[in-house]
Amino acid sequence: MAIGRAHAISLLGLEGAVVEIEADISNNLPAFVLIGLPDAALGEARDRVRSAAGNSGLPLPSRKLTVNLSPAALPKHGSGFDLGIAMAALAADGQVSTESVARVVHLGELGLDGRLRPLAGILPAVLAAVRAGFGTVVVPAGNADEAALVPGVRVVPVVSLRDAAIWHGAELEPIPLEALMPAVPMAALDDSGDLADVIGNPDAVEAMQVAAAGGHHVYLLGPPGAGKTMLAARLPGLLPDLTAEEALEVASIRSLAGIPVRGGLSTRPPLEAPHHTASAAAIVGGGSGVIRPGAAARAAHGVLFLDEAPEFAPAALDALRQPLESGVIAISRATATARPEFAPAALDALRQPLESGVIAISRATATARFPARFQLVLAANPCPCGNSGTRDGDCRCTAMAVRRYLGRLSGPLLDRVDIRMDVHRITAGQLRASAELPRLSTVAARERILVARATAAERLRATPWRVNAHVAGSWLRSPVGAGSWLRSPVGAPARGATAALDRALERGGITMRGYDRVLRLAWTLCDLDGTSRPGADHIGRALYLRKAAR
Amino acid sequence: MAAKDELGARGERLAERHLLRQGLTLLDRNWRCPQGEIDLVLRDGDEVVFVEVKTRSSVAFGHPLEAITAAKLARLRRLAGAWCEAHPGAGRIRIDAVAVIAPRDLPAVIEHLERVF
Repeated sequence: MAIGRAHAISLLGLEGAVVEIEADISNNLPAFVLIGLPDAALGEARDRVRSAAGNSGLPLPSRKLTVNLSPAALPKHGSGFDLGIAMAALAADGQVSTESVARVVHLGELGLDGRLRPLAGILPAVLAAVRAGFGTVVVPAGNADEAALVPGVRVVPVVSLRDAAIWHGAELEPIPLEALMPAVPMAALDDSGDLADVIGNPDAVEAMQVAAAGGHHVYLLGPPGAGKTMLAARLPGLLPDLTAEEALEVASIRSLAGIPVRGGLSTRPPLEAPHHTASAAAIVGGGSGVIRPGAAARAAHGVLFLDEAPEFAPAALDALRQPLESGVIAISRATATARPEFAPAALDALRQPLESGVIAISRATATARFPARFQLVLAANPCPCGNSGTRDGDCRCTAMAVRRYLGRLSGPLLDRVDIRMDVHRITAGQLRASAELPRLSTVAARERILVARATAAERLRATPWRVNAHVAGSWLRSPVGAGSWLRSPVGAPARGATAALDRALERGGITMRGYDRVLRLAWTLCDLDGTSRPGADHIGRALYLRKAAR
Repeated sequence: MAAKDELGARGERLAERHLLRQGLTLLDRNWRCPQGEIDLVLRDGDEVVFVEVKTRSSVAFGHPLEAITAAKLARLRRLAGAWCEAHPGAGRIRIDAVAVIAPRDLPAVIEHLERVF
């Protein structure tokens, strides 16, 4: 008897590897042997495949069936290989065309009745299949919409194993069955709102626009009810639409997280707001068996909002530092056994993503990488009771308690946050006055931000960066970089523009990293103003944005 | 004789006839020892062949080969050892399985698997 071959995709993070499934039927007592590092869920494919095949009118022979998943050393997880295993076995038995089965990628979990169940992570899996050079993928009918989002691939949706076998040339009558569809998620509450809803706090409103224009991280400090959450929720609305590539990446991460992608690609940046009890693994990703993306990866190309930031476990925050800088999360692992991801503390988990913009979760044999180029918005109360520094509130926190509370946000983390802004409760007078004052709407603000972003992108054309916040400090200060404009003796207006900044550095008021960040902020302010280079005014405002909160 | 034993005996006769037609020679039939019974012992060239015969009247309750479990195979191996002890100089041995699907009033279907362990 011939050997049947089929292909499936093993996902590790967002990257997929093609797995070749070989099936051999030998003349021996009936058995189903599955080799090639399957995990528990994949090992159970044996029983699902045999039952599904029998109930689809394509019984597997009463012989020894050996299925090998190669590369043998790659750990394989989950139930998405069921369809591939079934097709390889049927091809080995001669029930379907061997050539036809070997040419396409099969994805899908089988039910015992032979119907195909939709899978999580179809989008990244189909992308991986296309990158590996496959032109056709067979997917469960419930995943057809999601798979079709990938350009340049022929998607064959099938309801059941029988349909798939007929597509591959089995001479059977189709039996119409009801397709299994993914559970419809609860409609996400769209509470992003309009910027015009924000009353008072003009500095903070401006700061959010600067953040959106330059891609800067933001730290909002203020008493409860001051509008920190309201401001943070409006940031995604200020960001420009995602590019097609970014939208596909965002949708892929959602798909991997088990959120079905429906109604086409969303081009709006995502907002993730994890609760402050989140663990480091919930923030950066992880989990036993399949490595799942955390909140930081789901916020890629969008906004990660950490409300009540000092309440987060320190390890979770500091784990974000590297992704913040590099824009990628990488998770590596040795085995599929469950183990604690990190030390229990969670604020420190944020440090790494902040630095690199990538989260890399490493165990011995494999590394999962997730994009993590997000904008971080931290919000904190000024003290445990929240009333410190307010005019109307009565704060009874001791000075020590206040220091300890804010000290939970580590220096290395805050050093990566460009904008620090105080947010105040509005007074009755401000509320009355707000009726007459014109307020900027999200649409108008976004226009202004798009222009500023275009200016920055034009200036950074020859560099790997697109927004000011990502520019390396050395380039800012180098003779060929943007900094050369500030220091050039011919540029009269810019001459001495950095004097205030240099003084702050000399006094030790800011670090060298802080110096670079002020320069970046000044460039963003300059782009928003439409001027060609930052002046002393921009540097001064940048210093204010960086230093405002205590 | 109970119906199931009658079916088993009929299956063993059919299997024996099938194997003899393949050119094997019979050494023992239903050889017994304290550990149990071997359905058929035959010689195929220089090999001694121990055969487990499994008979069903239909596959409604599974294929007969599926009923040959790892425990049954292990027992058959011990029995083969016992047979060799009783018949010194047996030479190389192998264990085969024969499935007989023998529906009432219809010709039986015989499947023969060599070297099943």
